Amino acid sequence: MLLSQKLRIAALATAVMTFTSGAALAQKKYDTGASDTEIKIGNIMPYSGPASAYGIIGKTEEAYFKMINDRGGINGRKINFVTYDDGYSPPKAVEQVRKLVESDEVLVVFNPLGTPSNTAIQKYLNAKKIPQLFVATGATKWNDPKNFPWTIGWQPSYQSEAHIYAKYLLKEKPDAKVAILYQNDDFGKDYLKGTKDGFGAKAASMITVEESYEISEPSIDSHIVKIKAANPDVLLIYTTPKFGAQTIKKTAELGWKPLQIITNVSASVGSVMKPAGFDNAQGVLSAAYAKDATDPQWANDVSLKKWNEFVDKYLPGADKTDGGLIYGYGAAQTLAKVLEMCGDDLTRANVMKQAASLKDFIPDTLLPGVKINTGPTDFAPISQLQMQRFKGEKWELFGETISGDVAPE
Amino acid sequence: MSAAEEVVAEGHEAVEAVPKRAMTLGTGTSLVVVVLLLIVPLFTKNFIIFQMTMLLIYGLAVLALNILTGGSGQFSLGQSAFYAIGAYISAVLMEQFNVNYALTLPISGVLCFGVGFLFGKPALRLSGVYLALATFALATAMPQLLKLNFLEQWTGGVQGLVVTKPDAPFGLKMSQDMWLYYFTLAVTLAIYIFSVNLLRSRSGRAFMAIRDNEIAASAMGVDVALYKTLAFGISAGITGVAGGLGAIAVQFVAPDSYTITLAISLFLGMVVGGVGWLPGSFVGAAFIIFVPNIAESISKGLSGAVFGVLLFLVIFLVPHGARQIAIVGQQLIGKLRKT
Repeated sequence: MLLSQKLRIAALATAVMTFTSGAALAQKKYDTGASDTEIKIGNIMPYSGPASAYGIIGKTEEAYFKMINDRGGINGRKINFVTYDDGYSPPKAVEQVRKLVESDEVLVVFNPLGTPSNTAIQKYLNAKKIPQLFVATGATKWNDPKNFPWTIGWQPSYQSEAHIYAKYLLKEKPDAKVAILYQNDDFGKDYLKGTKDGFGAKAASMITVEESYEISEPSIDSHIVKIKAANPDVLLIYTTPKFGAQTIKKTAELGWKPLQIITNVSASVGSVMKPAGFDNAQGVLSAAYAKDATDPQWANDVSLKKWNEFVDKYLPGADKTDGGLIYGYGAAQTLAKVLEMCGDDLTRANVMKQAASLKDFIPDTLLPGVKINTGPTDFAPISQLQMQRFKGEKWELFGETISGDVAPE
Repeated sequence: MSAAEEVVAEGHEAVEAVPKRAMTLGTGTSLVVVVLLLIVPLFTKNFIIFQMTMLLIYGLAVLALNILTGGSGQFSLGQSAFYAIGAYISAVLMEQFNVNYALTLPISGVLCFGVGFLFGKPALRLSGVYLALATFALATAMPQLLKLNFLEQWTGGVQGLVVTKPDAPFGLKMSQDMWLYYFTLAVTLAIYIFSVNLLRSRSGRAFMAIRDNEIAASAMGVDVALYKTLAFGISAGITGVAGGLGAIAVQFVAPDSYTITLAISLFLGMVVGGVGWLPGSFVGAAFIIFVPNIAESISKGLSGAVFGVLLFLVIFLVPHGARQIAIVGQQLIGKLRKT
């Protein structure tokens, strides 16, 4: 009696095991970090340190995956989003990413922020064949599938954006005397290079002033005064938000009216244009790929409403004028799409393959007309931008969406 | 008198009473620690080995500061600058001139010694907080100096430089991390033994004489200017070697890696480890590596505040750092032996 019972249990157990493993062999494939119930995603963010303002991106992504999990996860699997602080310090980034990979055993590293931090971890992740998905930096070098097949960018590169400004100027103001104010780091220098490349042979004759400032300077007023002395008629403002607002304000105070173009990073209505003064900001140009939540023209936009509902429910009290909320939402949505496309084949190779086969994907937060497209040789997901002009209290888009793809060297 | 000076002043009674024991660990304890450092990596993940490597490297940098502050009584908030120079020299030599990684370290050390020695010259005129300020300026300036255009062809400018990690030599079947760990351990032990002997030597006694009373020291015939700059040079040299090792371990150098935050972390490590107590440097290094992680796991948004509270607790409960714990421990063992 006892024996037969044991036998029966054993037989049943064997049957169950054969059945489940057979099914798994048929279609489900997993690498470390993925299972029937969970997908582990790793991330590093500067929650502390000089770039801690960007920490909100990580919090938004965490909240987004919480929303996904509340809705039942992706293909029945919950997202386990593990995010660590790297303090914007490359050595710390290496330590935290190794912790994610070797201790937490994540499937992919998603949206790590900052050019220095990403450069520090790129070689390691590629050697380990772990996807470095949708990095949060606009440097051009992430679009390099040949040398770094496990690294893929997300936002348009700074150089391609600068390219678009140069093209615009060549067309509209070919005889302009151009002054460039840039931040003395990888960010500012990428813009500088993009502009020079865009002007091509005319760069030397058109660019009359190149003025750089350090991010540690409290005010850049003196630089503006210096630039004005050379009397250029175009001012390219390649700055981060705080300095963008200062520049627009100072030029107006000086009673100087050059044509001003400001970086997409600093085009926020809430955190740049308003503090600079709407009167002072009239006619300023920029380019955009995402919607500005503080811009009234999107008040009734269906997809941005989804974003609004998400922020209200999962990030109550968050400052909606912060561009990080829009950015994090868009990036997280792109990852969710990729994981959905992976189906039950959650191997790292397949995640990378799917990330490189996005076709006309439109996250809720991107401008109409801007689509995410990737391919085996195209690791720059967003490469379209549209020119915009500041009028009244909002940006007015004009012209076509322009593709500004820049090949890495 | 600043708080840190007080620590030095209060600690020196112990130094004078039993100079050798107060500066280092006992022979038995040292052996146990070394054996542990040798064995533990064989049983842990590569990630832990990497963390231990970083611990040794930061430990070296804190040790260098300890020689300067604990030994000769001078303050420096500019150690990150020497660390950066060492890191960049190693990285540039390895990547641009294909020099073997092991050879780059002595070069980093010697060049940093030179820079530190030269910087020590004008700094001689300053003392206490003013010297701290001057070195602070050096630390603030360093990231910008590394971005200079005319250096860009070697340093990679703002983009930094990626460094190749060395494989284990002689066909040893050992992961890169493990090899680098043992390599770092060997360098660390060598420098540690050198430092202990230095502080026990004539020069070390001269350092301490200057620390305790500069006028008395010069009356006794100690060349104050020479020994002060020498302490600066040696400290910078060791920091440079640590920087070089750090560049190899992290595989990347960039100006943003070596900001003033690093200098303050090293200073913090020294205070937590115990000013003037060399083994404490490694306890301090452990503090600056692991405590921020602990703080982050407690609260992500308030990690800075949690870190501050933890630091405050340490300073409040054991103001002399790890050395105080070690002394208490030693007394306890002594009592147990007697009874």
